[in-house]
Amino acid sequence: MPDSRHCLQDAIQLNMTERRIKIHVPALTRVEGEGALHLEVRNDTIEQLQLSIFEPPRYFEKFLEGRAYSEILDIVARICGICPIAYQMSAAQAIESAFGSEINPWAQDMRRVFYCGEWLQSHALHIHLLALPDFLGFQNAIEMSASYPKEVRRGLQLQGVGNALISLFGARSVHPVGACPGGFYRAPDLPAVQTMIAKLEAARPEAVALLEWVCTLPLPQDDQTFTSVSLQHPREYPLYSGRIVSSNGLDIAAEAFDAHMQENHRPHSTALYAHLDGEPYLVGPLARLNLNLDQLPDAVANTLQQATAGTAVTFPSRNMFHSVVARAVEILLAIDEALRLLRNYHCPATPAVAVTPRAGTGVGASEAPRGLLWHRYDFDDQGLVRSARIVPPTSQNQARIEADLHRSLRTFGLDQSDEALRLRSEMVIRNYDPCISCATHFLDLQIDRRP
Amino acid sequence: MSKPLVAVHKFSSCDGCQLAFLNLGPALLTLTEQVEIRHFLEAGLDDPETAVEIAFVEGSISTDEELARIQRIRAQSKTLISIGACATSGGLQALRNLGDTESDWRQAIYAQPEYIRTLQHATPIKDHVKVDFELWGCPINSQQLVAAIRSLLFGVPPLENDAKLCLECKRQQAVCVMVTKGTPCMGPVTRAGCGALCPRFGRDCYACYGPGENPNTDALAARFSGLGLLPDAIARRFLLINSNAPAYRDAGLKALPSGRYPTQHD
Ligand code: SF4
Ligand code: SF4
Repeated sequence: MPDSRHCLQDAIQLNMTERRIKIHVPALTRVEGEGALHLEVRNDTIEQLQLSIFEPPRYFEKFLEGRAYSEILDIVARICGICPIAYQMSAAQAIESAFGSEINPWAQDMRRVFYCGEWLQSHALHIHLLALPDFLGFQNAIEMSASYPKEVRRGLQLQGVGNALISLFGARSVHPVGACPGGFYRAPDLPAVQTMIAKLEAARPEAVALLEWVCTLPLPQDDQTFTSVSLQHPREYPLYSGRIVSSNGLDIAAEAFDAHMQENHRPHSTALYAHLDGEPYLVGPLARLNLNLDQLPDAVANTLQQATAGTAVTFPSRNMFHSVVARAVEILLAIDEALRLLRNYHCPATPAVAVTPRAGTGVGASEAPRGLLWHRYDFDDQGLVRSARIVPPTSQNQARIEADLHRSLRTFGLDQSDEALRLRSEMVIRNYDPCISCATHFLDLQIDRRP
Repeated sequence: MSKPLVAVHKFSSCDGCQLAFLNLGPALLTLTEQVEIRHFLEAGLDDPETAVEIAFVEGSISTDEELARIQRIRAQSKTLISIGACATSGGLQALRNLGDTESDWRQAIYAQPEYIRTLQHATPIKDHVKVDFELWGCPINSQQLVAAIRSLLFGVPPLENDAKLCLECKRQQAVCVMVTKGTPCMGPVTRAGCGALCPRFGRDCYACYGPGENPNTDALAARFSGLGLLPDAIARRFLLINSNAPAYRDAGLKALPSGRYPTQHD
């Protein structure tokens, strides 16, 4: 937001030659879903800046009402083709918590492995197909692959390993069918797990090379102040579960989240804006890494240290452009975590515990590739959904994205060419890997009840 | 010879079907040697106006803007293929077509509902323009996609596979979950194409590939009832991912004593 000091500056500069810029990007490319950017600059002032999200709402929270608990995982997956597992895992935890069910340690571990597949797939896709063309000066990855064939191929291969890991537990990588309340429908057999371990082992050096490479990219230097929010877990890097913490000292159980988080609606967007205790905040890979450096396994921490030595990259980082590095770190982490857990694999007595419905409310929170994903369901005694509420990462980041655009464009220089300003805006937005398909479908049913 | 031009368009959807392209892996690069992708926003290609040989369309139509856009796309595309349940039957979001609920929901959800312009129904592409081929599935898989492109490159229409899932189970030697566990499986009325993924994972099919040829929904509803499902639960089986496909919609509403969905819940 332009503060009073800047307004003063604008007034002083009014007698200089006036410059007006209007930049309208009607359809942002290389993001999930459909959004537009509208920017109006007069001289030294940003008069209007909107990340408009105009995807039509798909009303998932309403569709869930009246459906059985056993259908939820198949329904919520359809919110997002890139992170269906995040939706399934947050929902499964909410269901189990509402019914007082404890899944067995095998299922607990394997859900983490399953989820690692999604991080690997989603981050590899984002880095290579969505983000890298910005840093290397191409329109898209297909064009980029002519100059960087090895790197693009490596990225697509890592993405493929992530997809294979998801399919091991879910039969397919988009809207997998293997997870259920209580655990999984089926446990993979040993030979399939052995094959997967071999794939992960082969991918590991590639992930190390990727991390080393992204640290050497020409990433803009742009430090800023923001609040990071993520899950935190006493024993491991947060992924499947944990408490919600922030860089401002917040430390709450997932159940308490909605007491601190407010969502509101703005005319230019079908997504809601979330604030934490009144402030915009960041969720996603950079926030997670900033808050959980201590939880990185030694091998990953050491590789990160070597990769960043002699570069401008350090963590914790206040530079949003380091998000791409955080994603590469989490790719390596996902491979190592999957390997650690699969090397101890055994076939369980049963892949799922029986889940018995009862009336009540349950909350589930997990770390989607793009950040904290929070679900709450209220059930009747038959296990039918009475009401559902879902808060996806992108609507949490939306206020932060606009705040970032305001200050990044100023730092970048409003006197830059229209084309340069447009490109910089898009790069800033892509740092957040916004998932617009996710963002539009969630809506706070509390809102209308206010006078 | 110049490469055939291809476009990938998105309407109301989860982006999952487009991933059939982006999940091709290194084969994605091979594909781009054979066709030239002109428009595909997620992949960074932004050229919605060029005339193309093949347009792939994901998502259902749910706003006026989308309605106008699909007309333009049809006019400039030689072959138009709907990909996935959203584009082909309306998808999960077509659940809203079943009741007079859309405006109520908008009111309930948004503080300023007047800013949200959506049509009352979410509808498949074929309700608005001619669709040359349909690829069913939620999501479609990369094999379906590559097979369709390959056929078109050879100048032959893609093969229509509307056999039932049960046949695929037999082919895959999957154990029938309905016979062995009494699980209410939608396989008998669902089109093949996924490889019988759910039964092979020991669970019921929930019909994400839509209706197969001549689905005997009455017989299946009766069977579900025999397995102990109450009318509401039978209706929910039919009314999920492809609730707007006529065979499923009719069977679902028929199962409900009130003939109305959503059922009142308090
Ligand atoms: S058909 Fe399914 S996978 Fe495809 S876009 Fe629609 S919801 Fe997503
Ligand atoms: S078995 Fe049925 S629900 Fe499962 S993937 Fe195949 S068509 Fe979809």
